[in-house]
Amino acid sequence: MGKYIVRRLLLMIPVVVGATFLIYAMVFAMPGDPLAGRCGERPCNPAFAAKFRADHNLNDPLPIQYAKYLGNLAQGDLGETFQQVKVADELQQRYPITTRLAIIAILFELFIGVLAGVLSGIRRGKFIDNLVLVSTLIVIAIPTFVIGSLAQYAFGLKLGWFPVTVSPQATWFELLLPGMVLGAISLAYVARLTRTNLVENLRADYVRTATAKGLSRARTVGVHTLRNSLIPVVTFVGADFGGLLGGAIITERIFNIRGVGGYIFQSIHSRDGVAVVGAVTVLVIVFLFMNLIVDLLYGVLDPRISHD
Amino acid sequence: MTTTTQSRADAKAAAAHAAYQPVDGRLLDVENLHVHFHTSDGVAKAINGVSFHLDQGESLAILGESGSGKSVTAQAIMGILDVPPAKIPEGHIRYCGQDLLAMPEEQRRKTRGPEISMIFQDALSSLNPVFPVGWQIAEMFREHRGLNKSDALAQAVRLMERVSIPGAKARVKAYPHQFSGGMRQRIMIAMAIALDPAILIADEPTTALDVTVQAQIMSLLQELQQERKMGLILITHDLGVVADVADRIAVMYAGRLIETADVYTGYANPAHPYTKGLLDSLPRLDQKGQTLAAIPGLPPNLLKMPPGCAFHPRCPLARERCREERPELVEVRPGRFAACHYTEEVLHA
Ligand SMILES: Nc1ncnc2c1ncn2[C@@H]1O[C@H](COP(=O)(O)OP(=O)(O)O)[C@@H](O)[C@H]1O
Ligand code: SF4
Ligand SMILES: [Mg+2]
Repeated sequence: MGKYIVRRLLLMIPVVVGATFLIYAMVFAMPGDPLAGRCGERPCNPAFAAKFRADHNLNDPLPIQYAKYLGNLAQGDLGETFQQVKVADELQQRYPITTRLAIIAILFELFIGVLAGVLSGIRRGKFIDNLVLVSTLIVIAIPTFVIGSLAQYAFGLKLGWFPVTVSPQATWFELLLPGMVLGAISLAYVARLTRTNLVENLRADYVRTATAKGLSRARTVGVHTLRNSLIPVVTFVGADFGGLLGGAIITERIFNIRGVGGYIFQSIHSRDGVAVVGAVTVLVIVFLFMNLIVDLLYGVLDPRISHD
Repeated sequence: MTTTTQSRADAKAAAAHAAYQPVDGRLLDVENLHVHFHTSDGVAKAINGVSFHLDQGESLAILGESGSGKSVTAQAIMGILDVPPAKIPEGHIRYCGQDLLAMPEEQRRKTRGPEISMIFQDALSSLNPVFPVGWQIAEMFREHRGLNKSDALAQAVRLMERVSIPGAKARVKAYPHQFSGGMRQRIMIAMAIALDPAILIADEPTTALDVTVQAQIMSLLQELQQERKMGLILITHDLGVVADVADRIAVMYAGRLIETADVYTGYANPAHPYTKGLLDSLPRLDQKGQTLAAIPGLPPNLLKMPPGCAFHPRCPLARERCREERPELVEVRPGRFAACHYTEEVLHA
C-alpha cells in the first residue's frame, strides 16, 4: 500500500511536467501580441516594450522560457501575470470559492442521486422509477447554461428563495443554488448508475443468501446490496469532484462567481499565458491527487482490489 | 462472551425455538406444492403438485436432472423465490404443523436461520464479496439474537473452528475470495448452522468442488446433522454423492415427484424407469470401461408439457396409455411410491 502510493506520486511528476509543457506550448502558440492594448490606443513606447518582454522572458525560445518557468515552479512560484498580480495570490482567493462550490455540487449529487437511484431501483417499473428515469434524462439533455439560467430566474428572481448572484465573499448559502445547478447533470448520472447497479446486484446470489439468512428487506438492500452497488458510484463521484475542482466556467458566469474556471477563461481571453499555465498546473495536480484518492478508496470499498 | 450475555442469548434462542415443536418427530410437510413462473413467453409450471415430508434427524435426498425443479422446491420452502415472476397458486408447506405460506412475512422471515437454513452450490457468489467472512457469520447472531459485535464475532470463530477452518481466529477478518472453494463452502455451512436450525437444505453443495473436497464436505454435513439432530434435505443431480448420507430419496422429473423410497431399496431396485435410467448412467466400479447408458433425449419444455406421462418421449417402456393418461404417485410397495403405469415391469426387470 505505502509502496503503491509512493509509486503513484512519482508517476505524477512526468504527468505534471508533460501537461504543463503542453499548456505552455499552446499558450506560446496563441496568436496575438500580449502588448496589444496595454498602452491605450497607441503602441507602447519601445523602452517599455523591451523591458516588458525581458521581464516576461518573451524573447527566449520556447524551451528556454519553459525551463525558466519550471525552475520557478519547482520553488513554488507560479509566476506573475502581465498586470503584476501574483498567480498564486489570485488562486488563493479563488480556490476556496471553487472548492465550496464543488463540495455543494458533490454532496447534492451524491445524496439526492443515490437516494433517487435506490428508490427507483427497488421500485423497478413503478411510478417512482419512471419518474426518476424520465427526469434524469431531461436533466442530461438540457445544457447547463439553460438549467442555470432557469434556476436563477425561478428560484432567485421569482421566488426569491436564493440570492440571484453571488457576492465576492461567496458564502455557503449564496453558493447553494449554483452548486445544485453545477451538480444537476452528474446527479442524473449518479441516479442512473445507482439504479442500474442496484437492479443488477439485487439478482446476485449473495442477496439470495442474505434473504435466506432471515435478514430484513431493509438490511438486505441497504447493507448487502447497496454496499456493492455503490462501488462504481463512488468512483464516478470521485472523478467528478476532481473535475469540479477545476472550476465551472458556465455556472460561475451565470451566477457571477469569482472561481477558478472564470479566471482561466479570462486569462485565455486576455492571452495571459502565465496565469493560464499557473492555474492549469494547479488543476492538474489537484486532479491527479483526487484520482489517487479515488483509487485508494476503491481498494477500501472492494476488498478484491489489491494495491500491493 | 460473559456468562450473562451467554445465558440471555441461550434463553432467547430457547424461547425462539419453543414456538416450533415437531409433532411426532415431523418437521416438514410439503403438500401439493405448485410453483409457476410468469414470464413473457407464458406461464412456466415449474412445480406441479409436489408432496413430501421430513422428520427430525432424517436426511432426504432430492434427485433429478438439472431443470427438474429441485432448486425451486427448496427456494419455495425457504421462502426466497423471486415474487414475481414466481407464484405459488396452490399448496401448503407446514413447518412443525404451521403453514409457512399462510404466515405473515415478518414471522416467516424469523424462521429463516433459526429454524430452516440453506446452503447453495456456488459459495463464492453466495457470500458477499465486500464483507469479511466472520462478519457475515456473526450477522446471524447480531440480527437474530441481538448479540453485540465482539460476542457475535466470538461465536463466528467458534463456528469456523467447528467446520474445521484452519487458523479460524486469524482468518475471521478475511474476505471470501481469500479462501479456497472447499473452505468457502465450509463458511457457508458455518453460517447456515449458526443458529442451530431444525432443517438444513443443501442445494448441490458439492457440485462446484473437486471430487476429494466433495467427500469432505459431505462427511462434514453428515457429522453436523448427527450432532445436531437436524433434518437434512440434500439436493443433487449426482446420485453417487448422496448414497452414503441419505436415508430416503425423492426423484423429481419435470416439476413432479416420480419416485420416493428409502435409499437402499431405491438404489437397489428402482420402481420408475427414470430412476433406473439415472442409476444406469452412474459410473460403477464393478463395470469399469463400460460406456454409460445415459437417458436419451432432453427434459420437456415447461411451457409445452407433453400430455400423459411427462417422461414418455424418453421412456423405453412407453406405450399408448402413457401418452394419454398421467400416472399418479401411488404406493407401489409399503413405504415406496412411484408414478408409472408399468412400475411392476420396472420392479421385476
Ligand atoms: N426465476 C425464474 N424464472 C423463470 N423460470 C424459472 C426461474 N427459476 C427457475 N425457473 C425454471 O424452473 C425450472 C426448475 O428449475 P430449478 O428448480 O432451478 O431446476 P433444478 O432441478 O436444476 O434445480 C427450470 O425449468 C427453470 O427454467
Ligand atoms: S408411465 Fe409410461 S412413459 Fe411414464 S415412466 Fe411409466 S412406462 Fe414410462
Ligand atoms: Mg438447481
